[in-house]
Amino acid sequence: MSASTHDDHHDVSYLHPKGGFFATVWDWMTTIDHKKIGVMYLFATLFAFFLGGVFALLVRMELFSPTKTIIDAVTEETVVTGQIFSPDTYNRLFTLHGAIMVFLFIIPAIPAAMGNFFLPLMLGAKDVAFPRLNLMSWYIYVTGAAFSLISILLGGVDTGWTFYTPYSIQGDEEHWRVVFMTTGVFILGFSSILTGMNFIVTVHKLRAPGMGWFDMPLFIWAIYATSIIQVLATPVLGVTVLLLTVERLFKVGIFDPALGGDPVLYQHFFWFYSHPAVYIMILPGMGIMSELIGVHARKKIFGYRAVAFSSLGIAAISFIVWGHHMFTAQGELASAIFSFLTFLVAIPSAIKVFNWVATLYKGSIALNTPMCYALGFLFTFSIGGLTGIFLGSLPTDLHLHDTYFIVAHFHYVMMGGTAIAFMGGLHHWWPKMFGKMYSERWALVGFALVFIGFNVTFFSQFLMGADGMPRRYATYVDEFMPFHRASTIGSWILALGFFVHLFVFVHSLIAGRKAPPNPWGGLTLEWTTDSPPIEHNFHHEPLVQHGPYDFDDVVPPHCDPADYPLPEPIESDSLKPGRTMH
Amino acid sequence: MSSNTPQSGEGFAPAVDPSLPPWQRHKHQPHWRNNDDEYQGAKLGMWLFLTTELLLFSGMFCAYTIFRMLHSEDFERASHKYLDWEIGAINTVVLLISSFTVALAIRNAQMNQQRALKINLFITILCGLFFLFAKIFYEYIPKIQEGKVPGANFSYAGAESAYDPLFMSIYWVSTAIHGSHVVIGVGLLAWCLWVASKRRYGPTHYTSLENVGLFWHLVDLIWIFLFPLLYLVG
Repeated sequence: MSASTHDDHHDVSYLHPKGGFFATVWDWMTTIDHKKIGVMYLFATLFAFFLGGVFALLVRMELFSPTKTIIDAVTEETVVTGQIFSPDTYNRLFTLHGAIMVFLFIIPAIPAAMGNFFLPLMLGAKDVAFPRLNLMSWYIYVTGAAFSLISILLGGVDTGWTFYTPYSIQGDEEHWRVVFMTTGVFILGFSSILTGMNFIVTVHKLRAPGMGWFDMPLFIWAIYATSIIQVLATPVLGVTVLLLTVERLFKVGIFDPALGGDPVLYQHFFWFYSHPAVYIMILPGMGIMSELIGVHARKKIFGYRAVAFSSLGIAAISFIVWGHHMFTAQGELASAIFSFLTFLVAIPSAIKVFNWVATLYKGSIALNTPMCYALGFLFTFSIGGLTGIFLGSLPTDLHLHDTYFIVAHFHYVMMGGTAIAFMGGLHHWWPKMFGKMYSERWALVGFALVFIGFNVTFFSQFLMGADGMPRRYATYVDEFMPFHRASTIGSWILALGFFVHLFVFVHSLIAGRKAPPNPWGGLTLEWTTDSPPIEHNFHHEPLVQHGPYDFDDVVPPHCDPADYPLPEPIESDSLKPGRTMH
Repeated sequence: MSSNTPQSGEGFAPAVDPSLPPWQRHKHQPHWRNNDDEYQGAKLGMWLFLTTELLLFSGMFCAYTIFRMLHSEDFERASHKYLDWEIGAINTVVLLISSFTVALAIRNAQMNQQRALKINLFITILCGLFFLFAKIFYEYIPKIQEGKVPGANFSYAGAESAYDPLFMSIYWVSTAIHGSHVVIGVGLLAWCLWVASKRRYGPTHYTSLENVGLFWHLVDLIWIFLFPLLYLVG
């Protein structure tokens, strides 16, 4: 249409350096290009993932044997050299693992990294609605991360990632660092809010001509639902950690029972954000799943509208289930109500899983790395989701509360769900982001190691949790040793798998084959531009004339039609329900 | 929802006519289709931001509700004992006037009444400064001197119940968060006044002015809830 007025020099890749080294660095530091900001978020979150992963490995190392092992050794050594490690080093390790993974990796990873990069591209827009705000939210993220790092460098926080009062507001020196961590979380919350606002306005106002709400890719629907939660829930976390900080600084007593306050109020506030935040973590992963399944099985997504609305349904239900984190800290009636409400979450989640499986039926499934991750997600996320039912029902929860069962459950959802989908999405979009193909064979090796390592690590935790192994202890009775050993060995396999992936990606950047614009034959708009995309995203403003998953009717752009022929028309219409649905 | 028809004359005009008044020279950022889409997007973004502000304060209101339910008699007594409703009422009136003048300022921009626009913005800023002045010099400083401070540092000798410090905690934290919003709001209004003095607001472009006005209304609205809940209990 009328928008194709940009100059020729904008038709170069967004990765094209601007002059010398310092000029290029300055260009990246001040960029308002959503793609560059997305890439910067990607590397920052991957670094956080690495850091959180190191802490996780140290935690698993400690648990390799029933008594204290490495951490005692570290203590004796460091006492000699004059550095003092207090005995609760273990508590700090799992706190830092949790806080870094939650606040610095898993919440921003998909929305801020991939959402920033692909939301405008998939909508056919030139940028997000507020590009300068976008850059600002990146700097806010860096500032918040810096505060968290300061608290780590000063010796870390040992409260658990939930910062429960009254422990987190105790007056001794140890707990000073909590202030840095909560200030960091407060600042990170702003970054999350601004990103969410930006995405909502972008979806409302910057869709390409011809793209109605139900022509949007399902990844956009998922990011949109996520953004709603980010905007509505994060301010409550903001005021909660703000209160916690002033509590610690000025002893205002709102959460302190000694001063008339109520520590359980903190739990309510905290989980009113942090339960919806669980869906900030998983919904974008579900969005990636829809793209992976649709493109790599070459099938129209079964029940597009149901999948889209289930994202909004999950977002809505997420706000009324926070009490299930507090079954042992509230009245019986409240627990029963929250238990019932919690089961409602199963409905939209199951709609998604069933629809993905139904999409696979009679699809042309390519068993490449993205699809393998998608299938892995179906397996691990289903286990994570179904074990959630054990924890949502009151009688079993009383037994399983605060055991390794719950640790295994949320790792199956967060890692087996979000992180697996993140890896799948990274492989799916890597050629588009950096214009390079990766080694499919080695990526599959990495997938196999991650998948096996993950299940070995966490399935054993289900077993020992059901037997009563409590969470957050550095030592344990000998009976649990086989499970802990298996879990620790699994964590090594998992780490090896991620290092294989790191190798694959670095190799791809250095020596990868140049990626074509549309390596997988996708139909969404990001595949219609170059790989990597040009600075203004598209050579001409895109006009949307088909749905995002109409693989039965449309030959993908930039592809040899011989590679992706349209399927033979099927005479009996009973075989393909939904084929003519729009 | 969004109209995709390009608006005539906007967006890709070759050069901006320098003889036009500054507010007519506004050109939307390149990723928007036209000025109108940019305006609508900015306003939607602002409303979303106001939602987050409301939810930020909802935490304070929730804490207030719970503690008042638990200790209602103490709260009613403490409200009369520690807070002066007259200063609160004066500040309420001042903020209401400022909300009216900022609304007038937006109207002035729409009508291209440049002088009235600046006067109304100036009155709004004065009202905001008066609010802060009364708050600090007639409430905060005397209270600090008398030891009516939150939580563990509470040292006022005339306390009648163990929950007096808790009431003061709620009072201090919620009014301090609100006060910081007044400070930010005055800063934004001063920036708007500067922009207005450059004649960059006019009938076709007043986006940031209207959004700052929305923010100021929210600050006012929060106070309208805080005033009765804290000063007029019982």
